[in-house]
Amino acid sequence: MSMQSNLKNMAIVLSTVCLVCSAILGGVYALTAAPIADTNAKLLKDSIGAVLPEGGELSGALSLEVGGQPSEYYTLTIDGEVAAYAVKSTVGGFGGPLVLMVGITSDGIVYNTSVLSHTETPGLGAKCTTDEKFISQWRGFNPSEKVLKVKKDNGDVDAITASTITSRAYTLAVENAINAINTIKGGQNND
Amino acid sequence: MTKLQLITKGLVKDNPTFVLLLGMCPTLATTTSAVNGLSMGLATLFVLVLSNMAISAVAPYTPDKVHIPVYIVVIATFVTVLQFLMQAFTPGIYATLGLFIPLIVVNCIVLGRAEAFANKHGVIESACDGIGVGLGFTASLTVLGLVREILGSGSAFGWKFITGDGMLAFVMAPGAFLCLGYLMVLFNKFFKKD
Repeated sequence: MSMQSNLKNMAIVLSTVCLVCSAILGGVYALTAAPIADTNAKLLKDSIGAVLPEGGELSGALSLEVGGQPSEYYTLTIDGEVAAYAVKSTVGGFGGPLVLMVGITSDGIVYNTSVLSHTETPGLGAKCTTDEKFISQWRGFNPSEKVLKVKKDNGDVDAITASTITSRAYTLAVENAINAINTIKGGQNND
Repeated sequence: MTKLQLITKGLVKDNPTFVLLLGMCPTLATTTSAVNGLSMGLATLFVLVLSNMAISAVAPYTPDKVHIPVYIVVIATFVTVLQFLMQAFTPGIYATLGLFIPLIVVNCIVLGRAEAFANKHGVIESACDGIGVGLGFTASLTVLGLVREILGSGSAFGWKFITGDGMLAFVMAPGAFLCLGYLMVLFNKFFKKD
């Protein structure tokens, strides 16, 4: 029933199949590229909105270094003054990169945090997106009063049960974001 | 064999998870909750039906020596299509399962059905076979995910009925093996007819 396996047949069939498949993929990519970009832009916008106070005017993406890596941040201007910053902070988690959006007010207090993407273990580290007790401790976290380390490392951060590595990574991401913003503010004060 | 038999065969007699023990990697890795298991099952069902149909259509024109490369290219195409669609329209599920979606390409269920069934049967029969095996896989993964979620997190389909944590071991890999083993025993006790 099937065709003879000579070189000509094999080359023709494989090339044809690959051509058709590439064409299908190209078509689907073209169709979904816009929705994917929209979805990602919306996720980014939602996460910035979630970590900053309401109102005011949001800047576009500005670049800075977080934890030694190039990243981006956004400023929220209320009544002509910068009221808060949203910083994208990437660290290595348990399963791969953990990307956070950290909102920091101009007096250096964490306003809120949100997870942009992660590859933590479902049911364990992945709880960093759902565990209310873990998430809520970041709202109003003042790094000048509390120690930015998990309790196991003699700090003040409550870790997620059985997910110390994820909790440490999350804490480090927040710390890097705070340091990055302090560097920016330090630079402005010196001007 | 009628078309209905083709579909029900995949659900019970040739259940890919509990009887044939195929596709163990996604089975163990993604069934941390009922919703995750269900989503992974449906994603595989999508690829399985389309690849079965496409492969049954191209099989008569494929020289024997290149049939595996041809099947893999076809399967990989549908998986990538699925990946684009999930990224665009179900970003939440994609965020949870994203890592495992590309691995559907090498899921032995998909290539197994192509080799064992689709390349010898017509397009319609192959579609029915894909639906049956896909549904069997989906049902198994959902049940396994549900059991692990109830024991491990104290919730069912995201609805939490205990406070605090469940038995965390069941969310992790050892619990996956334990649950799978016991479910396999139960399944074969009730459905095996020899």
